[in-house]
Amino acid sequence: MKRRDFIQLSSLGFGAMMTPGLMMMGNTVSAEQLLQPGLANAAKKVLADIALNAAKSKGATYTDVRIGRYLQQFLFTREKNVQNISNAESFGVGIRVIADGTWGFSATSDVTPDGIKACAETAVAIAKANAKLQIEPVILAPVKGFGEVSWATPITKNAFEIPVKDKIDLLLKVNNSAMDNGAAFVTSNLFMVNEQKYFASTDGSYIDQDIHRIWPTFTVTAIDKAEGKFRTRQSLSAPMGMGYEYLDGLASEKMAGPAGLISYRNSYDMVEDAIAASKHANEKLTAKSVAPGKYDLVLDPDHLGLTIHESVGHPLELDRVLGYEANYAGTSFATLDKWKTKDFKYGSDLVNIVADKVQPFSLGLTGYDDEGVKCKEWDLIKNGVLVNYQAIRDQAKIIDESESHGCCYADNWNSVQFQRMPNVSLRPGKDKLSVQDMIKGVEKGIYIVGRGSYSIDQQRYNFQFGGQLFYEIKNGEIVGMLEDVAYQSNTQEFWNSCAQICDQDDYRLFGTFFDGKGQPSQVSAVSHGSSTTRFNGVNVINTGRRI
Amino acid sequence: MAILTQEQAKQIIDKVLSYAKADETEVNISGGKTGNIRYARNTVNTSGESNEINLNITSVYGKKSGSATINELDDESLKRAVSRSEEIAQLAPENPEYMPMLGPQKYAESRTFAEATDKINPEYRAKAAIDSIQPSKEKDLTAAGYLEDYSGFSAMGNSKGMFGYNKRTSVDFSVTVRTADGTGSGYAIRDFNDAALLDTKNVTNIAMQKAMASTSAQAIEPGKYTVILEPTAASDLLRLISRSMDARSADEGRSFLSKKGGGTRLGEKLFDERVNIYSDPTHPDIPSSPWTNEGLPREKTKWIENGVVKNMYYSRYWAELKGVEPIASPSGIIIEGGDQSLADMIKSTERGVLVTRFWYIRAVDPQTLLYTGLTRDGTFYIENGQIKFPVKNFRFNESPIIMLNNIEALGKAERVSGSMIPAMKIRDFTFTSLSDAV
Repeated sequence: MKRRDFIQLSSLGFGAMMTPGLMMMGNTVSAEQLLQPGLANAAKKVLADIALNAAKSKGATYTDVRIGRYLQQFLFTREKNVQNISNAESFGVGIRVIADGTWGFSATSDVTPDGIKACAETAVAIAKANAKLQIEPVILAPVKGFGEVSWATPITKNAFEIPVKDKIDLLLKVNNSAMDNGAAFVTSNLFMVNEQKYFASTDGSYIDQDIHRIWPTFTVTAIDKAEGKFRTRQSLSAPMGMGYEYLDGLASEKMAGPAGLISYRNSYDMVEDAIAASKHANEKLTAKSVAPGKYDLVLDPDHLGLTIHESVGHPLELDRVLGYEANYAGTSFATLDKWKTKDFKYGSDLVNIVADKVQPFSLGLTGYDDEGVKCKEWDLIKNGVLVNYQAIRDQAKIIDESESHGCCYADNWNSVQFQRMPNVSLRPGKDKLSVQDMIKGVEKGIYIVGRGSYSIDQQRYNFQFGGQLFYEIKNGEIVGMLEDVAYQSNTQEFWNSCAQICDQDDYRLFGTFFDGKGQPSQVSAVSHGSSTTRFNGVNVINTGRRI
Repeated sequence: MAILTQEQAKQIIDKVLSYAKADETEVNISGGKTGNIRYARNTVNTSGESNEINLNITSVYGKKSGSATINELDDESLKRAVSRSEEIAQLAPENPEYMPMLGPQKYAESRTFAEATDKINPEYRAKAAIDSIQPSKEKDLTAAGYLEDYSGFSAMGNSKGMFGYNKRTSVDFSVTVRTADGTGSGYAIRDFNDAALLDTKNVTNIAMQKAMASTSAQAIEPGKYTVILEPTAASDLLRLISRSMDARSADEGRSFLSKKGGGTRLGEKLFDERVNIYSDPTHPDIPSSPWTNEGLPREKTKWIENGVVKNMYYSRYWAELKGVEPIASPSGIIIEGGDQSLADMIKSTERGVLVTRFWYIRAVDPQTLLYTGLTRDGTFYIENGQIKFPVKNFRFNESPIIMLNNIEALGKAERVSGSMIPAMKIRDFTFTSLSDAV
C-alpha cells in the first residue's frame, strides 16, 4: 500500500473500522531488532562527508545529507483478540543539493561509500536537469554550522524496551474494561515511533538526533439493536513526544472537569478512560438531538487543538500562501498583502497564537529541524493581529526574516524535506479562570470535548467540526448530553468571536500523528496546546438524518 | 531490474517455501519503478524516480503468525528472513480469527499492464509538465500539477500450492489552474493503466477553461438545490458507499446496512431502481488486481441491482462463521450510467447548480453515511436550461444514500480514480453554508 493510501484511510473518520497493519513504512522486523544500535556516529560522519564531497565535486553549491533509521511499532487489538503486531525498520540516506540555483534530491538504501557517492551525483544531475525549467533561483537564509552535536527526546521509558507482551496486556485490559462497562465493541491501538536521524551539511553541522513519539488510542462502540442505532466514543488521549511513561496514568496529571469528565495532561490512564468511554457511548444512544441555531461554544483543549490545526496552522504555512500546494491541499486566505498591513485582525484581542518546536512533551519537539536549523518559538498572531508565518530557509527572505523558523521536515530518509507545520498553540488567558467558572457565565451554550469530524475549504475560510462529547449549557449549568452536533463558521469570524480563555492551569496538548501534506504525500506529527476557550454566537447545525 | 517475470518470481517463492519449517508459509514479492514530477507557480519543484523490490514472508504455527520483509533476494538473505519470520511467529499471541491459508486458486486475467506506461522516463515527465505549464503561461494563468507513474509486479505463493502473478502499470495526473488575480480556479484529473491515453495538454485545457469561466463568482443562498455532478464530483462522494458494504459491520449493528431489531438490509431496495453498482477486475477501462490481500479471487460482483442491496463483502473468517461463501471487497466500482449528456442535463434544468469537484469530504455520521465537504474549482448556477454565472463555493452535508434516491438523470460512465462513474443530476442536494474560497 502506498503511503498516501494510508492517509486517505486514516482520514475516513470511522476510527472503529481502521484496517490494522496497512500503514507501515519500511521492512517488517522483530521487536528485538528495533533495539539494535544503528550505525555509529563516527561511521555516519565518514559517509556524510563522502556525500558532501561528491556533490561539491559535481558542482553543488550546497548539500545536506540525512542518514536516517526510522523505527515503528504498531499494535492493534479488538475485544479479546490481538489483530496485528507490526515492527518496521527503514534505513537509508537522502541527499539534497543546490546546483545551478536549483534543488535536486536523491535517496538510496545502499548506505555504502559507493552507494552514497552515486546518490549524491544523481542529486546534482537532477538539480542541473531541473535548472533548465527554473524561474526562481533558490536563496537560502544563512545558518551557522553547529559542529558535532546531538539531541534526544527527554524520555524516561523507551517504549521499544517495554516487552510487547506488556503492551498487549495493557490493550486487552483496556478492551476488557470497556466491555465490562457496556461496550458492544472496542478496538485499541498503540503507535510508537523512533526516528534516529543524522544530519550533515556543507554549513558545517553534524547533528545526531534520537526522537520518540507515542500514541495510545481506542474506539468504543455502543449499540442499540432494537433501534438499529450505534454510537462511538474515541479515547481522550493525545499523541505525545514522550516515551512509554505517558501511559503511567499519574494522578497528578489528571484534571477533574465538568460533567464528571477526567482530562489528562502529560500522563494518560487508558483503562480509566476506556471505562468512561463505554458509559459515554451508551449515553450518546439516548442523548437529545440538538436544536440548530447560535450557541456560545466552550471548547476543551482536546477538541480545540484540531480547530487550531485546520484554521490557523495550515493557512499560515508559507508554501501554501505562495501557491506551492495549489494542486492538492490548496492555497490560503491569509495572503501576504493582509500580513503586510500589520493590522489584519485574525482574531479578537485575546487571541495570541505561537509556533514552536521546543514545547516539552509535544510532537514537534526536536533540537534541530531537517535542514540543520536550531528549533525555536515565534509568534504567529499577537493580540489578534497576524504577525508571521511558518517559513524555512529558502522562504525566509519572502517575509523579510533573516533566519529560518526551523520547521523543515521529511517523514523518511527517502522523502525530500519541506516546510511542515510546527506546534501551533493558543496562549492561555492571563486572568485566573477555570472551566467551571467559564461555564457559569454561559447562558445558552454547548461544551464540546474530543476530536470528531472535520472539514475545511482549500483556502481555510469555511469549516465544520464535530466532536466526541457535547453537553448542553443553560443559564450557567450543564443540563445534559446532546447529539448530532456540528458547528460551522468562517476562520476570521470564529477567532474574532473568542471571548474568554482559561488560565495556564487548564493548558493541555492535543496532537495529530499523521498530518498529510505534499505530493507524493508525506505525514508529520504535530501538537497544539490550549486552555479551554469560549467562542460566542457560533452557528450549530443538526447532523441527524433518516435513511 | 525490479520487474520479475512470472517464472523468476515463482522460482524465488518456491525457494523460500523450500526453506520453511512452519505449519504454513506465504510469500509475497512485489517490485517496480515509480516516478513523479510536481510543479507549481508554472515551474517544476520536484521530480524523482525510485526502484524497489520487497519480499515478505508470513509464517504460521497453529493460529500464531509472524512476518519479515527483506529487499535482497540472495539465498542467504532468504534463509535468514525465513528463520526470522518463524521466530516472530512462535513468539506471537494466537489470533482466534486466523484462517488457514488458501490452496490453489483461479484468478481472472486482468490487463493491468501497458508498455507505454512502463517506458515513462524523466524526459516524458518533463514534457508532460511543460505541455501543461506552457499553455497556462500563454493565457496568463498559473498551473500547479502532479504526475505519478508506476510500473511493477506482484506475486504471491504459499505452502498450500496457491500462486498468483500480476503485472501492473498506472499513471495519475492532476492539474489546478488559477487566474493571475486568484479569482478563478479550475481542476482536472485523469488516471489510466495505459499512459498512451493521457494527454496532459488536453487535460490542462479543461482546467484552464474552468479557471477562466469561474472568475467573479456570485453568492447565492445555501439550501436544497438540484445539482448536476460531473463524474469527478459524483465519484468523490459515491465511491464512499463501496467502502461501507462490509457484512461483518452490518451484522454487528454498526453500518448503514444494519437493520432495526437486528440483521442486515441485504435484499432491501434502498435506492432508486436505476441504481446498478458492480465491480469487475477485468473491466477493460478499469482493470485491477485479480486478488485481495487474503488471496481471494476478485470476481465480477453485483453490489446494488435495480436499487436493491445484492451483496456485501465477507472476509474469509466472517464468511465461515456465517456459513456463507467469502466475497472479496472491490478495488474499483462501476456505477452504470444512462444516456444523457451533460448538455442534456443542463438543458432540462430550470434552476440548479453544476458541481465539477468536491473537496475535503469527511464522514459526519457513519450511521447514515452523512458526509460533509465543499465544492471546489468551478461551481456554476443554472437557470432555464443554461449556465448563467459562476457561484461561490458551498459546504454540503449530504448522504450518498439519499442522493441515490433522488436521481433525475444519469450520464455515460467515465473512468475516475479507478472507478467508472457517470455524470448525474440529483434533486434536493443539501448545501448548508457558503465559502469564500477560490
